[in-house]
Amino acid sequence: MAKSTKQTSTRELDILIAGAGYVGLATAVSICRAQPNLKVALVDAAPEGVWQRDGRASAIAAAACRMLKRLDCWDEIEPEAQPITEMEITDSRTADPVRPVLLTFGGEAEAGEPFAHMVMNRHTNGALRARAAECGIEIIEGVAVEGFTDMGGHVEASLADGSTCRARLLIAADGVRSRLRDMAGIKTVHWGYGQSGIVCVVAHERPHHGRAEEHFLPAGPFATLPLKGNRSCIVWTERTEDAERLVNEDDLVFEQELELRFGLKLGEIRVEGPRRAWPLGLTLARDFVKPRFALAGDAAHGIHPIAGQGLNLGFKDAAALAEVIVEAERLGEDIGALDVLQRYERWRRFDTVQMGVTTDVLNRLFSNDIAPVRALRDFGLGLVERMPSMKRYFIQQASGIAPGTPRLLRGEAI
Amino acid sequence: MSEARQTTIDTREIEHFSALAAEWWNPAGKMGVLHKFNPVRLAYIRDHVAAHFGREPHEAKPFAGLRMLDIGCGGGLLCEPMSRLGAQVVGADASETNIEVAKIHAAQGKLDIDYRATTAEALADAGETFDIILNMEVIEHVADVDLFLSKCGAMLKPGGLMFVATINRTLKAWGLAIIGAEYVLGWLPRGTHQYEKLVRPSELEEGLASAGIRIIDRSGVVYNPLGDRWQRSRDMDVNYMVAATKPAA
Repeated sequence: MAKSTKQTSTRELDILIAGAGYVGLATAVSICRAQPNLKVALVDAAPEGVWQRDGRASAIAAAACRMLKRLDCWDEIEPEAQPITEMEITDSRTADPVRPVLLTFGGEAEAGEPFAHMVMNRHTNGALRARAAECGIEIIEGVAVEGFTDMGGHVEASLADGSTCRARLLIAADGVRSRLRDMAGIKTVHWGYGQSGIVCVVAHERPHHGRAEEHFLPAGPFATLPLKGNRSCIVWTERTEDAERLVNEDDLVFEQELELRFGLKLGEIRVEGPRRAWPLGLTLARDFVKPRFALAGDAAHGIHPIAGQGLNLGFKDAAALAEVIVEAERLGEDIGALDVLQRYERWRRFDTVQMGVTTDVLNRLFSNDIAPVRALRDFGLGLVERMPSMKRYFIQQASGIAPGTPRLLRGEAI
Repeated sequence: MSEARQTTIDTREIEHFSALAAEWWNPAGKMGVLHKFNPVRLAYIRDHVAAHFGREPHEAKPFAGLRMLDIGCGGGLLCEPMSRLGAQVVGADASETNIEVAKIHAAQGKLDIDYRATTAEALADAGETFDIILNMEVIEHVADVDLFLSKCGAMLKPGGLMFVATINRTLKAWGLAIIGAEYVLGWLPRGTHQYEKLVRPSELEEGLASAGIRIIDRSGVVYNPLGDRWQRSRDMDVNYMVAATKPAA
């Protein structure tokens, strides 16, 4: 007997996306704006309105920014976005009173275009949700996907409210611990670092002038990223047990430890809102696609936040997947067919592995206090500092503007 | 009892055809090379149809209202995309098995395609006419190319468009398409193509001309091993495609 709260309705869709974070939303909006005849819906287990209380911020690289402009989201986000005008990298011990600056970057991808902005996730999500609503994309909230089956011509997903969705393609953008990835039987490769990233927002007395800083401390990188107003986002890496201890300390102890690392050049600091520790690791899915099934964003690859590329890899996935689907649809191909989805996989896998390995190596190189390693990495950073072409390469990589980039990330329509 | 036995036989038949359909439509299976070949020919057809009939290629169902014949449709690898683009598709294949396979697969995707186990001659003699005729990878297998083309010409409406894709009769084609694809790489079963039945572009042009059809575009198709995909090229020595029209009245 069905319970009275259970629904028995069936939605007929072209594409169902699990996960209404920025990856799922950007994929849905990109597809529907290029091909309005495709019927797309998002389903998310999080209750309605939870996204509005998300206190996290992300660095939006220039390429992702071009994509948000192309999707008509940027005008809404810009008033809330803090451009990063300068980036400073130091290699030091926590107690060093003065940290020698090894590397500075002027922050422009192209003239007048900052290579990145810091934006609270809720502002990005809010703008994408508004565009999704205009495209008629339904967002089913507070409902989990309980299972799905490939029926040959379509995939049938059963939702926790008892309803069913039939779609030609199911996209899982449900995060690094993707349940749908497990349901699809896709295995992952995982490296744990034994480190956690403490993330919080601090208010400070004096303005940051748009400068981001990354200090390579022995326990791991400590980054301050400028937010709107006299506020900064802290991404602070410690060994997991130390991180857990720190976030559970009272405010006074936590702020003291923070001050030791943050310094006093911006005056008094005060922690705003909650502080949380996220275990860091590198998780790569062995396959990104199966017939009628594709992974996008952290569900395909969770990387170390050292280079600030998690969100930007997610936007690259969204842009590449949307481009592959729209082009297949315009050729009359079956958008859920394996050979179509493999085009997306081939396109994204190389880049993802490269970025995953780069951030992994960077982290291993910098999260230690071994004298010869320090000497070597400082020598390396010193070299980069003196070579404008190398700097330009790093800025290009950090902006996400490189050859083979999906059209939306170049600011072009699909 | 006999009824039960009858039912069993039907089920087995369906299972047999379903297994074949799965094989036809498996991009990593025996027909893999056709799947790899599909995007380049689909784009060629779409772009020429859109230009010729004044359709917007990026809109939904740009081929709406166009009646199309796919000769030698096999498992429906071209018919299904054409149907999704809005064309009213007749898929013809001499093999009853292929037609059953194609019907099962189209039903899975809820596509309305008119599949018939018949020949171009039979359709022409029945007086059928079409806006678009696809002869993709077919003419190198027919017994009498000129007769076949004249039957196609009779079925093509004035102002209509015909596509032919085939393999050139050159030493290079013998080396790549027969020795390479059939014997070295094993992409195609041995004996798929016979050298003497391959058709040169000049022979195709003559055959089409005597059927009242004029070539408007020619393109080579080459394999790009780096991207593992087929792409258009000026090199027509091995695989090539043409678009041709029958002048309106």
